[in-house]
Parts: sequence; C-alpha cells; structure tokens
Amino acid sequence: MENRSLVTIANHSRERIEYLIRMAQEFEKHRNRRLLEGRIVATLFFEPSTRTRLSFETAANRLGAKVIGFADPKVTSGTKGETLKDTIMMVSSYADIIVMRHYLEGAAQYASEVSPVPIVNAGDGANQHPSQTMLDLYTIYQTQGTLDNLDIYLVGDLKYGRTVHSLLTAMRHFSPTFHFIAPDELAMPEHYKMYCRQNGIKFVEHQDFDADTIAGADILYMTRVQRERFTDLDEYERVKDRYLLSRAMLSKAKPNMKILHPLPRVNEIEYSIDDTPYAYYFQQAQNGLYARQAILCDSLGITLDDIINDKISFK
Amino acid sequence: MKRQELQVAALENGTVIDHIPSSKLFQVISLLHLEELNSSATVGYNLKSKKMGQKSIIKIADKFFSDDEINQLSVVAPNVTLSTIRDYEVVEKKEVHMPEELIGIVRCDNHKCITNNEPMRTRFHFLGKERGTLQCHYCNREISLSDVKLV
Repeated sequence: MENRSLVTIANHSRERIEYLIRMAQEFEKHRNRRLLEGRIVATLFFEPSTRTRLSFETAANRLGAKVIGFADPKVTSGTKGETLKDTIMMVSSYADIIVMRHYLEGAAQYASEVSPVPIVNAGDGANQHPSQTMLDLYTIYQTQGTLDNLDIYLVGDLKYGRTVHSLLTAMRHFSPTFHFIAPDELAMPEHYKMYCRQNGIKFVEHQDFDADTIAGADILYMTRVQRERFTDLDEYERVKDRYLLSRAMLSKAKPNMKILHPLPRVNEIEYSIDDTPYAYYFQQAQNGLYARQAILCDSLGITLDDIINDKISFK
Repeated sequence: MKRQELQVAALENGTVIDHIPSSKLFQVISLLHLEELNSSATVGYNLKSKKMGQKSIIKIADKFFSDDEINQLSVVAPNVTLSTIRDYEVVEKKEVHMPEELIGIVRCDNHKCITNNEPMRTRFHFLGKERGTLQCHYCNREISLSDVKLV
C-alpha cells in the first residue's frame, strides 16, 4: 500500500501544497462533514501539546471520526521501556490513522516506516511540524489571495524557531522575499541562509524593528524570544524588549498586512493590536482546524473531488 | 622486489587493503567484520609509506569484497586502495566511493534523534563531496565527514 503518511512538507511540490490549500478551503466553507464516519483516529502525544492536540481532535470529530489516544506520556508504556515501534504496532491494530507528537527528532519518519497505517506528524522535537506549516501557508493564501511574490517578515527567535524554518522551506516555490529581524544570538542560522541562496529565495536582514522597517510587509510573522534560549542572560535583558510589536509601529503598515503568530504569545504583540485589522493570529489558529481536516482526509485517501462532491454529509 | 622492502608477506589469493591511515585501522577492521573471518589475515600497523609517512595495511587470504562492502570504508578511510590478488598477481585495483546511503554504520550525534533512543539501524544520506557532510535520514542533522562516529 502507498504510504500516505505526512512526516514533513519540506519536499512537497507547489501543486501538492496548492491541492491541500484547496481542500482546506472546502472545510472552511463547511467544517462539519461525515467524511471519516466509522474511522478511528489515534492521537498519541508523547509530549504534551494541548493546542495541537485539540486542533487535531476537533478536526477528527468534525469529520465524524472517533478519537482514541493519550495526551500525557506518563500514562503510556513508553515510561516502562516499551519501544516506539511496539507502541505504534499496537495502536495501528486499533486505529485507521495515527497523529503523533514526539519529543524525539525523526520519530515520525521512523513511525511511518514501521506503521501499517498512515502517520501524521504533529511535531517531532525541534525537527518538523508540517500541520503548523500547512496552516501558516493557508493563512497567508487566505489573507493575500496568493502565495506568490510576498514580502514576509520573520521576527524574534529565528534560530530555534521550527515554524519559521519550515515556512521558509515551504515558500521556496512562490518567489517570496523574506526579511529577518532577530537578536544576534537568535539570528537565522547560516545553513538556512545558504538554503535561500541555493533556492533563489531573496532575503534581507534588518537591525531595527520599527515602523519604517516593517512598512513593506505583507506578512509579519512574530515569534517569542524566550529567556531559556540565551546563554548570556545579560544579552537577553538587553534585547528582550526590542522585539515587541506595539500598536504605534503599525502606523506605516500596508493595508493588506497581517500579523501572524504560532501562539502562545506572551507579550511580544501588544494586546491593543488585537482590535486592529492587522491582527490575524486567532483566525490563523482557527485555520489550523481546516488545514488538519485536509491533512487527515488526504492521509486517509480522501480526495479533493470526494470533498467537493460530498453534498449530503453536512446538510 | 628486494627482501628488506617487503614489510608484509605476499598473498597468493585474496584482497590487499592499502593506504589505511593508522589511526583508522581498527575501524576498518570492524567495518569489514574481519573478526568473523575464518581465513588468515595479516595486519601491518604503522608501516613506512612514501605517500603518507605512516600507514597500515591489511592482507586477507581467500576473501573478496563486493563494491557495497568496500564502499562502507569510505566513511572512515576514503583514500584506501584495494587490490584483488590471484596467484600472486594484482588482477584488479579499486578505490572506495562514498555510497549515497549509509545504513547501520554511522551514529547520529544528535542525542535527541530517534536512532539513539530506539533499537533500530541508522540511515544517512551523503550530501556530496563539496559539502562533505552526511545527513541523518530521521532527524535531518548534518554531520561533517571528519566528525563521523561509527555505531
């Protein structure tokens, strides 16, 4: 059987990404459907991630599937020394698809090689988190009407930020211009800049984070600068407030500009921004539902045509 | 050949692996699983070499290697030469080539990689000579060839 697992979207073609976006659009129109009625979705969270789990479980429930699984690794046999392979083999004999979050990098790839049912990677350590990237791409498309030729500003932790790295790779098909704004200690790693050069992705590095710098942005992608990422805490104290977005900084923003954030936010986006038309992070989280509905369907062999032709299940 | 120049006895049939950096000799032995060998083998350690200063050499009687087996050596000793000997004559000379994929040979240096936490074989992709790195198939970590550790 063809392996329909989703481990990463790093190798997805432009067509494949656009196909999944079209699927997500259908779910945005009608989110409650019975396309997965009679199926069982297992959500195995070897590392807690409430948001991602709720989003996947909501997606499964709104498609009519039943959900089994665990949210807390303490309740599984992994702590008794069971191998990942054994857990996967056991669960795959119960469920039709496994959504897995794991603290070890490469866990999803390995699970997809041993599992007889599709694996959906819901994050494997610092490695990949494809459903987050899919919802980011969907949100960018939804707000800009295209993925092509956009100016995307990435702000904050560009060194460890898995989401910004995945977004960078996924956008290579769409001739973007990236703008990097980060403290030195959390700057975009050299090998990602190399990746940009090799793939013809334009990028600009900025020192300042102010109204003038971000005036050209179509998308302002904010991430959190976390204290624990710094080896030099003095340095953290110096830079921690430099990457906060205030309402005043939006004075020159383009009308189509949208602010995204993978959430949770702490203080990096001033709360008063929530009421402006630029704030889009909550809709972005909601798009996670549609993106994950598309991913679950696609991994279970349900096509875009199946979804378009599905006239009965939501009436 | 003058007697004093012959540092290791000649071989009737088998394989000579020459120009092994002495520091890599034991890794080469282990990669070729010579400890499981039944035929005789001669190992020369820290021999004089014009090219390398010091080198090591292994002569294995009645044993011939496939290209796949030989290419495994490229991780630790990319410049070794192999000679196939039949009836005291060199009938073939080979160099090692880095295979595109290395399975079960190299250890991933990312301690959070699944391969270091699960009973499974490692798998690496060779990213080309220019880059000089291997990439873990699972966690995507890149390891420079000079830092490679074996499983």
